[in-house]
Amino acid sequence: MRKRHTPKDRLITVALHVALAVGLFFAAFPIYWMLSSSFKSNTEIFALPPTILPKAFTLEAYAAILGDPVKLRFFFNSYFVAGTVTVLTVLIALLAAYGFSRFNFRGKGSLNTLIISTQTIPPITLLIPFFGLVVSYGIFDTYVALILTYLVFTLPYAILLMTGYLNTLPRDLDEAVAVDGGTSWTALWRVIVPISLPGIVATSVYTFLLCWNEFLFALTLTKSTSMRTVPIGIQLLMGQHAFEWNQMMAMSVLGSLPLLLIYLVAQRYFLAGMTAGSVK
Amino acid sequence: MTRQKRSHHKLKRAVAPYLYLSPSLLIIGLLMLLPMVTVIAYSFQNSAVLRRDPTFAGLKHYQAIFDDPVFWASLWHTLYFTCMSVIFHMTIGMVFALMLNSDRINPTLRNILRVLYILPWLFTAVIIAVIWRLLLEPNGVVNSILMQIGIIGSKVEWFSSPETALHAVTFANIWAGYPLFMVSLLAGLQGIPKDFYEAADIDGAKAYQKLIFITIPQLMPIIISISLLDFIWTMQVFPLIWITTGGGPIYSTEVLSTYTYKLAFSSYNLSQASASAVVILLISLGLTLFYIRYQKAR
Repeated sequence: MRKRHTPKDRLITVALHVALAVGLFFAAFPIYWMLSSSFKSNTEIFALPPTILPKAFTLEAYAAILGDPVKLRFFFNSYFVAGTVTVLTVLIALLAAYGFSRFNFRGKGSLNTLIISTQTIPPITLLIPFFGLVVSYGIFDTYVALILTYLVFTLPYAILLMTGYLNTLPRDLDEAVAVDGGTSWTALWRVIVPISLPGIVATSVYTFLLCWNEFLFALTLTKSTSMRTVPIGIQLLMGQHAFEWNQMMAMSVLGSLPLLLIYLVAQRYFLAGMTAGSVK
Repeated sequence: MTRQKRSHHKLKRAVAPYLYLSPSLLIIGLLMLLPMVTVIAYSFQNSAVLRRDPTFAGLKHYQAIFDDPVFWASLWHTLYFTCMSVIFHMTIGMVFALMLNSDRINPTLRNILRVLYILPWLFTAVIIAVIWRLLLEPNGVVNSILMQIGIIGSKVEWFSSPETALHAVTFANIWAGYPLFMVSLLAGLQGIPKDFYEAADIDGAKAYQKLIFITIPQLMPIIISISLLDFIWTMQVFPLIWITTGGGPIYSTEVLSTYTYKLAFSSYNLSQASASAVVILLISLGLTLFYIRYQKAR
């Protein structure tokens, strides 16, 4: 019910747009600065007064990153670990979610509470016993160590997310399979999985992001340069060449690409996953 | 179906959910619950992890932690960092959500801005830390802009002076975390029935009255549950602080997670680190119980 366009009304609209511009600067400037710095030379990054657009546009920082097999290995490790964990998590969570969504059984309520509460267990608390376990089983500095530990953190979210999705699907679908004499296992693969793709995509996206971003366990449970993931790689870069800011920014841009791409292509699933823990 | 067949079928139905859940429960049990018991055990041992036959230490390691002024400083920094972060995440998230939800802006602009305002969320903590280190470098762009406007007279070493470091990391974290609130509140705003506002218009309510008496009460459940989760998660922040300041200078940004990490992996005092980790766990558990009770009451 917008009333007449009084001067006061117009003033409010102008003020709102000014506030939106300030908000935009706050939200986006740091990211713009990362992007533009990645196309600058190191001397230009600290030029006075600062250059908003790169004056001498250069791809030298990207060439340095992409031409270095050590850094490419960081990317391979991140993609490999995050990809493997995503496949495993989605499979295991799908089974659990099916159990939660389609059956009534003793202990269901408490198991559900257990899974919700595991979401808030501090990673630092698990780090020390994991370190002890990983060392004593001789899997320190291996993919297995990272994959197993990531699985623990991704699983609770994935189960809650998938259960929420399966609960929205009508039960008559799988009951029809039961009437035909099929087992719940057949119903799961023949009926539920094919129509659960949106839920599976949202869960995969979220799981992948959690793994891609993980820092603490990658830092502690791996040691050799060839086992490091992208976040650790960025930190190493900072230690080795403290003043190669353009390379650090280029690496950060490359390290953010999967998230940005997923966000642009599958915004809906992305948001569904990111708010999964919080909005029930 | 014969009776025998039917009872067989029933049994299958009864066992099935446990079978479906077993891989998850196995992983959560072995890799989450068991380690939690282990870390508690470590905290009562001498030279945990490092020796094969550790001796019983009693409450010695807890005593050592509670006698350590750095622990108390870390606890205080964690509280400051977390409270400020949650308050500003909520405020900024709310303001942005209300602005984006206003019918005074055109829908295309709204959609573009919504995508751009979410941006900080898409970056991982390590990258956020690196970006803010570049921005807040003594010779960096923030100092140069602030000096040009005349807000500061000389270059400020944001991350390396004890007076500003804690504020600087808190600011970076505020920037990084508000989109969760914004997205959730925006979804909440769209769920408030339009007739509430129409009824208020008929009564001649002013904009701020509608905000206080309709919008905020309607959003309260979201505000409370996200604040609690944000509080629990922010308390556990590690990479942002580790990469920007590493807890320094002179412990001025030491938080519980960096304190514990250093005990474990710089001093290799894994027993004392376990005691500290258990303290963090207890604080988190307390808050989690509160959160779950709130969710159930809804």
